[in-house]
Amino acid sequence: MAGTSKRSMSPHSSQSSSPRTSSCEMFGYVGIEAVLDQLKIKAMKTGFEFNIMVVGRSGLGKSTMVNTLFKSKVWKSSPVNKLGPLPQTLQLQSVTHTIEEKGVKLKLTVTDTPGFGDQINNDKCWDPILNYINDQYEHYLQEEVLITRQHHIPDTRVHICVYFVPPTGHCLRPLDIEFLKRLCRVVNVVPVIARADSLTLEEREAFRWQIQEDLKKNGIFVYPQKCFDEDTDDKALNDKIREKIPFAVVGADREHTVNGKCVLGRKTKWGIIEVENMAHCEFPLLRDLLIRSHMQDLKDITHNVHYENYRVHRLNESHLLTKGAGWVTLSPPSRRTTPGRCQSLRWSQEDLENGS
Amino acid sequence: MTSSDVARHTVYQALGGIKTCSTSQAGKEEKTDDIPRCLTINGHVGFESLPDQLVNRSIQQGFCFNILCVGETGIGKSTLIDTLFNTNFDDFESSHFHPNVRLKAQMYELQESSVRLKLTVVNTVGFGDQINKEESYQPIVDYIDAQFEAYLQEELKIKRSLFNYHDSRIHACLYFISPTGHSLKTLDLLTMKSLDSKVNIIPVIAKADTISKTELQKFKIKLMSELVSNGVQIYQFPTDDETTSQINSSMNGHLPFAVVGSMEEVKLGNKMVKARQYPWGIVQVENENHCDFVKLREMLICTNMEDLREQTHTRHYELYRRCKLEEMGFKDVSPENKPVSLQEAYEIKRHEFYGERQRKEEEMKQMFVHRVKEKEAIMKEAERELQAKFEHLKRLHQEERMKLEEKRRCLEEEIIAFTKKKAASDLLQNQSLNASGQCEERKGS
Repeated sequence: MAGTSKRSMSPHSSQSSSPRTSSCEMFGYVGIEAVLDQLKIKAMKTGFEFNIMVVGRSGLGKSTMVNTLFKSKVWKSSPVNKLGPLPQTLQLQSVTHTIEEKGVKLKLTVTDTPGFGDQINNDKCWDPILNYINDQYEHYLQEEVLITRQHHIPDTRVHICVYFVPPTGHCLRPLDIEFLKRLCRVVNVVPVIARADSLTLEEREAFRWQIQEDLKKNGIFVYPQKCFDEDTDDKALNDKIREKIPFAVVGADREHTVNGKCVLGRKTKWGIIEVENMAHCEFPLLRDLLIRSHMQDLKDITHNVHYENYRVHRLNESHLLTKGAGWVTLSPPSRRTTPGRCQSLRWSQEDLENGS
Repeated sequence: MTSSDVARHTVYQALGGIKTCSTSQAGKEEKTDDIPRCLTINGHVGFESLPDQLVNRSIQQGFCFNILCVGETGIGKSTLIDTLFNTNFDDFESSHFHPNVRLKAQMYELQESSVRLKLTVVNTVGFGDQINKEESYQPIVDYIDAQFEAYLQEELKIKRSLFNYHDSRIHACLYFISPTGHSLKTLDLLTMKSLDSKVNIIPVIAKADTISKTELQKFKIKLMSELVSNGVQIYQFPTDDETTSQINSSMNGHLPFAVVGSMEEVKLGNKMVKARQYPWGIVQVENENHCDFVKLREMLICTNMEDLREQTHTRHYELYRRCKLEEMGFKDVSPENKPVSLQEAYEIKRHEFYGERQRKEEEMKQMFVHRVKEKEAIMKEAERELQAKFEHLKRLHQEERMKLEEKRRCLEEEIIAFTKKKAASDLLQNQSLNASGQCEERKGS
C-alpha cells in the first residue's frame, strides 16, 4: 500500500501545527496503520467512563428512561421513596455501575435530581446542580494540578445533562428557561420531551417547534452546539440532529410481545407503545446520540471546552485562595452583547446573539 | 454478576451549600473499598462502538511521533530512518568538523491509508567527532528538556489549547552503537546513562553487516550485561497485554537489534529487494537471517508506537514535571502536612515576580536615561566639530576669492596697458607708413 509523504523543514517547532510541505514518495508498506489497533487495545484495557445527569420534575420518567437507555436496572429501587413526602430540598444522588458489552468496559455514573422543581418556591433550585457540576470540575482540576499525579485521573465530570421537559404542549416554562440558560454554559445539555405518549404526532411537532423557538430566543445552546462543528460532514450530521431536538421520548423497562416479537414498551388499554419504534417515539434517536455515535464527542467537548472554561475561570480568581462555602457563583447569563467571563473560549459574539 | 450490593449513593444537601457525603464521590480513598457494582444488561445497548469512536477522533486529529537518533557521524542514522519509513528523506551527509554537537530536527508528514502521521526526526550532528567529548551529551539532554519544558509551559497556561498542541516531546531514542564487536564505548555509556530517565532508549547496533554471526551473539550479550551492570534503563517492550506480551517478550531477548539500512535495490531472483551489494554477497535488509531490521520496524512502529508515546507522557514527562515544579518551589503538602493550595503558591510567586519586574523596569529606565545622555553629549561634540570645520572651510574660501580678485585686477591693468601700447604702436606704424608713402611719391616724381 503506497502512501504519500510530505516533507517540511521546521526546526524545533513545538507550537506550529501547519508545516510547509512538499511531496515525496513512500514506497511500500511501513505499518503505521497498526497504531490504530494499538490504540484500540489500550482503550479497551483501561475501559471507558461516562457520566450522565438527568434533571426534571418528579414523575416524568427519568429513572425509567435511564433504565431503558442502558437496558438494565440502573436504579435498584427508586432513589426517593415515591410514596413518601417529597424531599424538602433538592438532593442529588448518583450511582455508579460497570457495564460490559463485547469486551468494552464502561463505568457509568448516573446522577439523579429528585426534588427539582417540586417546591412551591423554586428560586435558585439550579444552584445545587451547578455546584455539583463545578465540584466535579474542581476535583479534576485538583488532581491535575498535583505535583505527583496519577496515571489516569478518574473522570467524574458530568458529560451530558438530559433535561426532561414536561409534555404540556405549549412552550417552555420560565423554570425550564432559567435552568437551561445557566446550564448550557457549563455542561452539554440535551432537552427531551418526557412522557411523549400523551401527545399526538401533530402536537409533538408543534411543541417541538415552539421549544426550538424558545431556545433560540433565549440564546440557549444545546448539544450538539453549532459552533463546535468541525467540518461539513459533522455539520450535516449535526444539523439533522438539531432539527429533531428536543426528542419526544417514552421510557419503558417492561417487555411485551408484539407480533411475536419481544419489545420494550408501555402497555395501555388502547395499545402498546413500542419504545424502540421510530413511528411511536424518538427514543432510538436519543440512544443513538448519547451512546452509539456521540459519546466520545460528548466527553471531548466536556474536557476541551467546559472544563477548560472552568479552569480559566478558577485560575483567574487568584483572590479566592481557599475553598469555602459558595466559592463558585456563576452569574446568570443575561442578554449580554459582550462575552462575559464565563463564556466559552470558542463561542463568538455572533453566536451569542443569534442563538444556537 | 453482582456479588454484594455496593452501589454508592452520594447525597448533597442544598441547604447553604453544605456538603454531607456518605461516601466520597471521587477521591483516593474510594479506590480500595468502593468498587462500582457490575450491572448485567439485557439487550444491545450499543456502546461497543466506543473504541471506534475514539479511533475516529484520533484519525481526525492525526498522530505525531518524534524519534531522536543519537550516534556518531556516518554511522548510518539517516539511512536507517529512510529505510524504516520506506522513503527518501533527502538528508545531506554532514561534515566531521563541527566544533560541538548540534541537534537538527526535521518534520515530515506521512500518510498511510487513513492514518496521518507527523513524524519528527531529530539527528545529532557532530556527535563523537570532537577531540574533547566531555560536552557531547549535554546538548541532547538540553534538547529533550526543552521539549518537556515547552509542553509544561503550555499545560500551565491559563488559557491553553492542549488538544491541538503539536507534541514535540521525544518518544523514542535510537542509540546507534558502533559495531566494534568488543564493548560499549565510554561516551556511549555516559550518554545513555544521562538519557535513560528522560526518554525511551532503544539501542541498536549499526552497520551490522560488518560483524559475523558468532561475534554478534557475544557482542549482544556483552552489551546487555554492561548496560545492566551500569544501571542503564533501556526501553523494555511491554508484556502486560496478552495480545502482544508473547511477541514483545521474545523481542526483548533480541535486544539490542543489529540493523542494516539501505534504500538501494538489488535484483535477487526475480524480485527487487533492498540490500547492500558486496563482492562477496548481498546483505538483504528485510531478511531476518541477515539482520534484525524487520524486528526493529515491527517493534518500533507496528506494535509499540502507542506504548512509546504513553510511556513518554506518563513516565518521563511526569518525572520532569515533578522535578521542575518542586524546583520552582511548589509542593503538594506544606510543612504542617496540610495540602497546599496551588493558588497560594501562585499568588506568592506572582508577587515575587511583580516585585522583580518592577525593579528591573526601574533599572532599565535609568540605564536608558543614562545612555540617552551619553549619546546626546557625543552628538553635541560632533556638531561642534562640524561647525568648526565649516568655519575653516569658509575662511579658506574667502582667501581664495580675494586672491583671485587680486589676480583679476592685475590682469585688467595689464590689459589696459597692453591696449595703450598697441594704440601707440599703431599710431607709430601709421606715421611711418605715411612717411614712406611720401618718400615713394617724391622718388617717383
